[in-house]
Amino acid sequence: MRRPFAEFRRHASSRAFCYQLLVAGLALALVWLLVEQTGAELRTRGIRSGFAFLFEPAGFSIGESVLDFDAAQPYWRAFLVGVLNTLRVALAAIVLATVLGLCLGACSLTRNVLLRGLCRAYVEVFRNIPLLLQLLTWYFLLAEKLPSADAALNPLPGVFLSKSGLAFPWGGEVPAAGDFGIAGGGAVTPEFLALLLGLSGYGAAYLAEIVRAGILSVPRGQVDAAAALGMTPLQGLRAVVLPQALRLMIPPATNQFLNLTKNSSLAVAVGYPDLVSIANTSLNQTGQAAECISILMAVYLGLSLLTAAATGWYNRRQLRRGH
Amino acid sequence: MASRRSALTAIGRQFRPLLDGWGNALATLAILVTACVLLPGVFEWSILRADWQPDAERCRALLGTGACWGVIVEKYPLILFGRYPFDQHWRPALACGLLLAALWLAGSGRLRVRPALALLSGALLGFLALLHGGGFGLPIVDSQLWGGLPLTLLLATGGMAGALPLGILLALGRRSRLPLLRSCCAFYIELVRGVPMISVLFVAAFLFPLFLPDRAGGSALWRVLPAIVGFAAAYLAEVVRGGLQSVPAGQGDAAAALGLSRWQCLRHVILPQALRAALPALVNTFIGLFKDVSLVTVVSLYELTGALTLALSGDAQWRAFYLEGYLFIGLIYWLGCLALSNFGRRLERRLQYSSRDC
Repeated sequence: MRRPFAEFRRHASSRAFCYQLLVAGLALALVWLLVEQTGAELRTRGIRSGFAFLFEPAGFSIGESVLDFDAAQPYWRAFLVGVLNTLRVALAAIVLATVLGLCLGACSLTRNVLLRGLCRAYVEVFRNIPLLLQLLTWYFLLAEKLPSADAALNPLPGVFLSKSGLAFPWGGEVPAAGDFGIAGGGAVTPEFLALLLGLSGYGAAYLAEIVRAGILSVPRGQVDAAAALGMTPLQGLRAVVLPQALRLMIPPATNQFLNLTKNSSLAVAVGYPDLVSIANTSLNQTGQAAECISILMAVYLGLSLLTAAATGWYNRRQLRRGH
Repeated sequence: MASRRSALTAIGRQFRPLLDGWGNALATLAILVTACVLLPGVFEWSILRADWQPDAERCRALLGTGACWGVIVEKYPLILFGRYPFDQHWRPALACGLLLAALWLAGSGRLRVRPALALLSGALLGFLALLHGGGFGLPIVDSQLWGGLPLTLLLATGGMAGALPLGILLALGRRSRLPLLRSCCAFYIELVRGVPMISVLFVAAFLFPLFLPDRAGGSALWRVLPAIVGFAAAYLAEVVRGGLQSVPAGQGDAAAALGLSRWQCLRHVILPQALRAALPALVNTFIGLFKDVSLVTVVSLYELTGALTLALSGDAQWRAFYLEGYLFIGLIYWLGCLALSNFGRRLERRLQYSSRDC
């Protein structure tokens, strides 16, 4: 006797085909439902759709920008400014966090109990407090507790720290205190500074753990061998241990760099005009939420892919050199 | 004489790791000098000159020289419970106690898996019922008024509870033999992991109302919680996938040889081992989620951080004392994370010892 259903159940490939058809059908139906529903809702609210708004004047100004920008310029340029601001703070924070993380990771393995305890304490504190809270605290300290610009702190010659930010020598120019605050040289706003300190302080705690694990993974004999060759501990670390540890550290460190870039989206909480802040403002002005959010997501996804590709290349090169 | 000398040497040996070599001694000296400069100032600010009275006048006189812990004494109901009606504050307090006790009991290892899960889901339901009210003469409190610590706990535990099953399904889907299912799951996981959490929260705040136009049940909390579930599920899926990969292929073959169906094999052989292997990483994800939940303040839900801003920004008298507030919440988060990571470490040890009793 033929039992078609049992036969179907036994026939794995046709079953798989049917399941996939079902999945595809469900996914398509869901997407269609969402698009239809959203379209209807947008029509009743009188919101248009599409990316044409990108070429209209933005109508808002941006506090700090690498490009020159004013309210008459189109939205796409505002988004570009946002992307550049995100990249600016993320890259600076990555460099700072790497340096700090390397120091902390290496120090948490020294024989010096005091130094080791200090590094462990740093990691335990900074890793276990939400980044948002750290950012808000930094911003409060920088924007409220520092003296105003006419009484700026001057810790090093040419470096001024005040409520209106940090001024430092840049491009052969040294800032000086004048009648209208501090002029000349390079300057960053307290928003940028708070974000930079928060991101790199938080990222460094995670990187320190990665560095520590990486160094611990190098066999003890390598350190002894370096010492037997007459190298100082620092020389041994630089020439023998770190190159080997690096290979293990790269994948998790990449992950941290990506996290740090994504975390820079918290800029919106301290008012730094990064991509998320610009998208948020544009969204509130135009009401075109789907478009603004998709630009936002696309940029971050693109950055993720780029970083992954870059570290993949570096990783391969490192592996090749190791052989 | 000899014994005294050896005692001295012993003491000297204690300090050797601190003073051995130039760089080492220099580092010790630098740390000690910095500590001598900084610590008295910190001690003076936080304890010696600090004021515990909730008196704004006295606090303002102290500004810059001593901490004003009075702001915590004055504002702690607002910071801990947000805009929840003042006379009903015992409800969120009791609910938090209930949930924390259930979490502790479930994590203590005294219960087997099924009773622990039942206890947790019961506690979560009790938590919701207590906050919402409506029975036993408790007035209903709209979810828009929920805030502070209960909101943080609800979003973190509710998010995790919802994300775990979804994450397991996604992980299984990503390892499926069906190419379409596999690529759908992989696409979703990589998409969510590639974007920052804020953008997912934006989707919840701005796009969900367009998808689901009935504004009847449209409180922000019930839009944000599914977004958190969807976000955490993508990360959990990768954790679970790691666990699944650690289960040797022979286990599945052996189950098949015993005549178990694919579902039975998954349910009784593969998943228990995979989840056990993934447990430490699951705890880490939970810690991350607990911290990340603070971001919902960006879409106007007043969890701990948002509730602090709410408590201080509207009150000109206390606006200058954010730092004390930040330190207070920071301490709560720090203790929470420390407890969780301690729990994770204990769990790891326990799993190493016993590999029976699932």
